[in-house]
Amino acid sequence: MRFIIIILLFLLSTSIFAAESNSGPMPKHKWSFNGITGTFDRAALQRGFKVYQEVCSGCHSMKLLYYRDLRDIGFSEAEVKVIAAEYTVVDGPNDEGEMYDRDARPADRFVSPYANDNEARLSNNGAYPPDLSVITKARKYGEDYIYNFILGYEEPPEGMEIGDGMYYNKWVGGNQISMPQPIYDGSVDYDDGTDNNALQLTEDVVTFLKWAAEPELEVRKNLGIKVILFFLVLGTFIYFVKNKLWREVD
Amino acid sequence: MSGNSEHRKYKNSFLNWIEFRLPIISYFEKEYGDYPMPKNCNYFWSFGALATITLVVMIVSGIFLAMNYTPHTDMAFDSVERIMRDVNYGWLLRYIHSNGAAFFFIVVYIHILRGMYYGSYKYPRELNWILGVFIYLLMMASAFMGYVLPWGQMSYWGATVITNLFSAIPFIGEGLKIWLLGDYTVGNATLNRFFALHYVLPFVILGVVGLHVAAVHVHGSNNPAGIDIKSKNDTVRFFPYMVMKDALAVCVFGVIISAVIFFGPNLMAEVDNYIPADPLVTPAHIVPNWYLAPFYAILRAIPDKLGGVLLMFGSIAILFVLPWLDRSKVRSCNFRPIYKWFVMLFFVNFFILGYVGMLPAEGLYLLIARIGLVYYFGFFLIITPFIHRIETPKSLPLGISDVYLGGGKEALNPNAQKEII
Repeated sequence: MRFIIIILLFLLSTSIFAAESNSGPMPKHKWSFNGITGTFDRAALQRGFKVYQEVCSGCHSMKLLYYRDLRDIGFSEAEVKVIAAEYTVVDGPNDEGEMYDRDARPADRFVSPYANDNEARLSNNGAYPPDLSVITKARKYGEDYIYNFILGYEEPPEGMEIGDGMYYNKWVGGNQISMPQPIYDGSVDYDDGTDNNALQLTEDVVTFLKWAAEPELEVRKNLGIKVILFFLVLGTFIYFVKNKLWREVD
Repeated sequence: MSGNSEHRKYKNSFLNWIEFRLPIISYFEKEYGDYPMPKNCNYFWSFGALATITLVVMIVSGIFLAMNYTPHTDMAFDSVERIMRDVNYGWLLRYIHSNGAAFFFIVVYIHILRGMYYGSYKYPRELNWILGVFIYLLMMASAFMGYVLPWGQMSYWGATVITNLFSAIPFIGEGLKIWLLGDYTVGNATLNRFFALHYVLPFVILGVVGLHVAAVHVHGSNNPAGIDIKSKNDTVRFFPYMVMKDALAVCVFGVIISAVIFFGPNLMAEVDNYIPADPLVTPAHIVPNWYLAPFYAILRAIPDKLGGVLLMFGSIAILFVLPWLDRSKVRSCNFRPIYKWFVMLFFVNFFILGYVGMLPAEGLYLLIARIGLVYYFGFFLIITPFIHRIETPKSLPLGISDVYLGGGKEALNPNAQKEII
C-alpha cells in the first residue's frame, strides 16, 4: 500500500511538470515519430530535406548538421557526396597562404546562407533568421508549434495594424513576424510523385526538422523499452525474494 | 605468524591481511551488514539509498560529459550539442545527467519530507539534519552552476539574475558580485569558474553524504513510530532485509526515471535553453529550474530587492534550526494529530510556491506567492515552536515490535512520552 503511494507521488510530480510543458491550445498533429515505438518515415525525411534545401535554406542556417548526417535519412554515401558538392565552402590557408573555395564534402557542416549574423540581419530588415538545427526543441510545443506556425499565415483581423515589412501569423507571439509565408501549395516539386500541397510540404519539412533536432530519437526509444523491461523483470524477481525474506520477520 | 592468527576473522587470507592493517572490512560488515534497522521502516526509508545512488550516477555521467565539454562562451552550446550528436551514447549521458538532476531533487525532497513528518531531525539526530541541510545547499549551488554550462538563453539569463542578487547586499554587494563573476557581467570568466566549481562540488557533497550516513549510524535510524529501539527483536539486519527492500525501490525508481529519460527527456527542460545565449535578447520570462522555483517565488514576493534576498536565504537558513524550533518530544506525526496536518500543508504550500515561482510574478500569482511565503515562515516560527502547548499527542506504542505486528497503535503506555527524552 505504502509502496503504491510512493509510486503515485512520483507519477504525480512528473506528470504535473509534463502537463505544464505540453498543455495548452496548440492543436496536435499526428506524427509518425510520436509514441513509444515512433519512428521517422525515411521518405518523408528526404522530401523534408528537399523542402529545407529549396525553401528554408535561403535564409535559415543549420550549423549543427553535417552532410554526412544525411546518411541517417536514407541517402547513400554517393548521394551524400553529390548533395554536399552542390555547396561551396571556404577552406585554407593553402601552401601559398591563400584562402580558397572548394566543393563541400560529407565531413563539412551545412553551409549557411549568410557569411555572418550581421549579413543575415542586413538581408532581412534587421530580423535574424534563427538557426534551425534544434528549432523543434527550442520552441514551446515543439513540432506542433512549428507545423501550425508555418500554416498559420492569414489575413490580419479587422482593425489590426501590421508593421512595415511584417506579416500576420496567428500562432506567433504578438501575431506579427517579419518572415513571409514560406510554403504554398506546390512550392516544391517532389520526385517521388507525392502530392505537394502545403499541408504535405509542411508535414515533411517539420519531420525533417524534428530529425535534425533529435537524430537519436529512434535509438533512444528502442533502448528505452529494453531498459524499462530490464528494471521490470529484475524488480519482479526482487519483489518475490524480498517477500519471501520478510515473511520470516515477526 | 602468531600475530596474524589472532586476527583470522575471515576465510580469505587477503581479507585478513587487509583487515589486520586497516579494519575496513569489519567496518563495512558492521555498518552495511549487521547494522540494525527498525523493522517497521516503510519505503520512505529507501529514499536515502536512492539519493546516494543518484548522486553516484550524476558524478559518473558528469565525468564523461566533462571529457567532451568545452567551457568557453563561443563553444559551450555547440559542444553540448556535439555530445548529443557525435559522441557515442552522448545523448544518453546528457539526458541522464539533466533529468538525473531533477530526479535527485525529487528524491531528496521526499527524503526531507520523510525526515520532517517522522521527526527524524529530533534528539539525538540534530547534527544529522544539519549535515543534510548542508547537502541540500550544496546541491542547489551545483544545480544552479550546472544549469549555466550549456550556455543557452536560460543559462545566461538565469546566471545574470541570480548573481545580481548579491549586488543587493549593502556596501559590499557590487564588489562581491564582480568578485563572484570575475567580470562586470556574466561572461567567459564566469562560465569557466562555474564549470570548475560544478565539477568539484559534487565530490564535496559526496564527502558530506559520508558524514551524514556515519552520523545516522551512531544512534540508528528513526522509524515511522518515532520511538527508540529497545531490543534486538525491534530490528532487522541491514543485509539482506533492507538491501532487498532498497533494491526493489531502485527498480521502481529505475522504471520511472527511464520513462522520462527515454521518452520525454526534455519535459522538465526550458525550451529557451536550446537557443544559444544572447546578451542582447532577454527572454520573456526568466525562470529557474522547477526544483529551485519555491525560493524564486519567495524572492519575488517581496517588492524590495534586499528584503527578497534576505527572505530567500532566510528560508533556507531557518531549516538549520528546525530541531530546536520544534519543542514537542514526540517525533512521529503519526502520533501528533494537529501538527501532522500543518506539516502536510507545509509540503503542499512548498509545492504551490514552486508552481507560482515558474509563472510571472503578477496579479493572483504574486498574491499566492505572498500567502505561501507567510505560511512558510509561519510554519517554522509560530506553528512548530508552540503547537505542542495545545496538542495532545496520541499515546505511543510500547515498542517497535508491537507496531510491526499491527497492535501498536492501540497499545497504551502513558509513560512512553517521557522515555523518549
